[in-house]
Amino acid sequence: MEWETVIGLEIHAQLNTVSKIFSGAPTAYGAEPNRQACPVDLGMPGVLPVLNQGAVERAVMLGLAINAEITPRSVFARKNYFYPDLPKGYQISQFELPIVGLGHLDIELEDGTIKRIGVTRAHLEEDAGKSLHEGFEAMTGIDLNRAGTPLIEIVSEPELRSAKEAVAYMKKLHSLVRYLDICDGNMQEGSFRCDANVSVRPKGQTEFGTRAELKNLNSFRFVERAINFEVERQIDLIEGGGTVVQETRLYDPDRDETRSMRSKEEANDYRYFPDPDLLPLVVDTAFVDRMRERLPELPDAKRARFVEQYGLSDYDAGVLTASREMGDFYEAVAAGCDAPKLAANWVMGEFSAAMNRSEVELADAPVNAEGLAGLLARIQDETISGKIAKEVFEAMWNGEGDADAVIEAKGLKQITDTGAIDAIIDEVMASNPQQLEQYRGGKDKLFGFFVGQVMKATQGKANPAQVNERLKAKLDG
Amino acid sequence: MAQETLSGWVRKLQAREISSRELTQLYLDRIERLDPQLNSFITVTAEQALAQAEAADARLAKGEQTPLLGVPIAQKDIFCTEGVRTSCGSRMLDPFVSPYNATVVERMNAAGAVMLGKTNMDEFAMGSSNETSFYGPVRNPWDTERVPGGSSGGSAAAVGARLVPGATGTDTGGSIRQPAAFCGITGLKPTYGRVSRYGMIAFASSLDQGGPMAATAEDCGQMLNAMAGFDERDSTSVERPAEDFTAALNQDLKGLRIGLPTEFFGEAGLDERVRGVIDAAIEVLKGRGAEVREVGLPNSHLSVPAYYVVAPAECSSNLARFDGVRYGYRCENPEDLMDLYTRSRGEGFGDEVKRRIMVGTYVLSAGYYDAYYLKAQKVRRIIADDFRRAFADVDVLLAPTTPELPFALGAKADPVSMYLSDIYTIAANLAGLPAMSLPAGEIDGLPVGLQLIGNYFDEARLLGVAHQYQQETDWHTRVPAAFA
Repeated sequence: MEWETVIGLEIHAQLNTVSKIFSGAPTAYGAEPNRQACPVDLGMPGVLPVLNQGAVERAVMLGLAINAEITPRSVFARKNYFYPDLPKGYQISQFELPIVGLGHLDIELEDGTIKRIGVTRAHLEEDAGKSLHEGFEAMTGIDLNRAGTPLIEIVSEPELRSAKEAVAYMKKLHSLVRYLDICDGNMQEGSFRCDANVSVRPKGQTEFGTRAELKNLNSFRFVERAINFEVERQIDLIEGGGTVVQETRLYDPDRDETRSMRSKEEANDYRYFPDPDLLPLVVDTAFVDRMRERLPELPDAKRARFVEQYGLSDYDAGVLTASREMGDFYEAVAAGCDAPKLAANWVMGEFSAAMNRSEVELADAPVNAEGLAGLLARIQDETISGKIAKEVFEAMWNGEGDADAVIEAKGLKQITDTGAIDAIIDEVMASNPQQLEQYRGGKDKLFGFFVGQVMKATQGKANPAQVNERLKAKLDG
Repeated sequence: MAQETLSGWVRKLQAREISSRELTQLYLDRIERLDPQLNSFITVTAEQALAQAEAADARLAKGEQTPLLGVPIAQKDIFCTEGVRTSCGSRMLDPFVSPYNATVVERMNAAGAVMLGKTNMDEFAMGSSNETSFYGPVRNPWDTERVPGGSSGGSAAAVGARLVPGATGTDTGGSIRQPAAFCGITGLKPTYGRVSRYGMIAFASSLDQGGPMAATAEDCGQMLNAMAGFDERDSTSVERPAEDFTAALNQDLKGLRIGLPTEFFGEAGLDERVRGVIDAAIEVLKGRGAEVREVGLPNSHLSVPAYYVVAPAECSSNLARFDGVRYGYRCENPEDLMDLYTRSRGEGFGDEVKRRIMVGTYVLSAGYYDAYYLKAQKVRRIIADDFRRAFADVDVLLAPTTPELPFALGAKADPVSMYLSDIYTIAANLAGLPAMSLPAGEIDGLPVGLQLIGNYFDEARLLGVAHQYQQETDWHTRVPAAFA
């Protein structure tokens, strides 16, 4: 039987506000346990939540970026359950009326086609604290620094059909929240995390199969591997005569498998009801308009502009707009050297390769946009060849100075003086009489040999076009 | 001495006829001598009070005139007080010392009030007799075999016995007005949103409202001036310009339209003698120029059932934080997390609190939410609509505060009969309206309360009507003989 995979993602993005969603405590990551928790975060008796306007602004910006309806009057609700890292015994979230309604996100499939994925909703909520199991004998420590950190939970429609599509969607959203500067996207610190609802059904069937919810997917790689494992598990189960049960499963990256956490029967009844401590959240059109004005150029629009403005291929434009930083970097390089295609090749080629080798982020790269543009300008004005440029770039990356300094220090300036090139050609022809004879006897292939000899004699510094032209003239003459 | 009102003390302190220290000591002595009969205080903060009094005297010496400068008051033990145990009448919070001050406490401190201590109350404000307190029942100063009402029973008994000139209370379904009526004092539940709930331990968030309890309407107005006001820490706090709640005290009642809700007089259970007291009070008000007419609040019979869905629902969620993890009571030697939760809560909460948590958990459960919680919220709107229609024709509503006289300790073992004690007070909470109780008579040596319900933000008018009544009568000046 042929099977179809059905996936819906619930993505939690931590909003990068300075203070928490319902208190004035700071949200910065990594402080000593419980040092960034005020009485409100600690769930002290008598405390009350006050909504952070910054979180609302960010949620509305996200809604606009995915072409979603912004709910004019959304409602905060309490999700009631007991857990030690949940200080109030309930999480303030949104249930029936989320701030962001139906929207969509376009993803690019492997074959280059565009698929539109529906976004069911996105709602604001507070994060819980953390349980610390290490360093406490027979006890559990509770760190409430994270409690009250603003989150937006973005729920997709069950329209993703493979692990790869799920990853493409997640990456697209990851890029989007960083473009919008509403989330730092740091997956290691948990600022951007994902749960996946996965089910399978016989191809052609319209009803959904029973789904499992996968938790703990904190990298793109884990999302892909966990879904693939789970799909296989479900298919094996059904084909072996079993049935999938609705349950929550935890992905274990060490063993590359998912394990049952709790079944539907054990699931909490969250007893949602509108939080009487918070008024309905009213977002008027003037506010939405202000947020719309604040939107930066979004990835799809930037990509289209790069194709149009710089004459790049759609693929290259896609790579260069994958992140806002990369797009800005590329544009700075292109402007600095006035050679957009050359800039694109270098940014995606040598530069990205060097970043990967050195395992550095764009912001920490030893060569900045100005430096790279300076190098490319020397290719443009034929001071050096593309080949020599790679050598110069290596030196720049190793901190040996800017392009001009490296070219000067290493004497890599290209030879463009026709007289000098002619002299070298003459020398090469004179010292290779046999090859010259064979060439002139009709063995055209030997042209390459002569080019090689000339380049060798000049240590690669001769202008290749000129060498070709002069060599042709002299050999044929 | 003990006969003097809070407003009287404000004048005497300003005139430097007495120092705050002397006054504070006077009341502390009364508490020490007389409170063993009443159990109205959970915590007496004598040392801190004397220090506050000295600071107030220094400010008085400089000619400062903040509203309650140097005046002794008591805080219901539901308001968080920094560095002082804040128990909410529960074993659960018996070990809890608040790290912060409630807005009401902060504001009263800023106004120069001297806090004598924290008053007893029904556990987590759930009760109408003060019998659910972990610290034992409070006794009614008019008859110590009777209850003072609840949940603000400690504040009401303390003011009734003149152990303190004024105290704060909170009112979720009648918890200021019913004990005020039972103890022969004046108490006001303001419009929902007038007084900040920040630091006031939540019972039912959409109904809870703090307010003043004192001998007279004038006292209540002066206290409310210090207590009320917008607070950015409470999202349900109402942003309005500051108001002087004593401004309408001397306004005469000519042409005032008073409505008598027929439903509050016709219902079975209204003690005929109480009815007689209310009728007499109506005559007094008529005599001062008020016009009286009957109005209908046809859905008021739904108040008690709607309340006992909404309030428990909210309380079941509000009290989830008391889990033995971070503060308050924790059971001995928990075996695991579930054991920690179940025993800490099982041992930390009393029966009435558990009963309401269970009811609330039930009505919010999947499959029952629509039938109970959602429906109760609709009923609230219907009840508010009844009031809106009534206030189109009248300025204030008048009714008994309670259907009967203060009952004996232990007399209402059945929870439902206890719940019916608030039958006339609950509707104002559901609608969010201001309402007050003032003493209007005595039967067999026990006080009877008169209730006035006003339109939204009409506290000043309510206090004015009450003050005018108190110009003509002396019920508010009476003190039980044992405490005179």
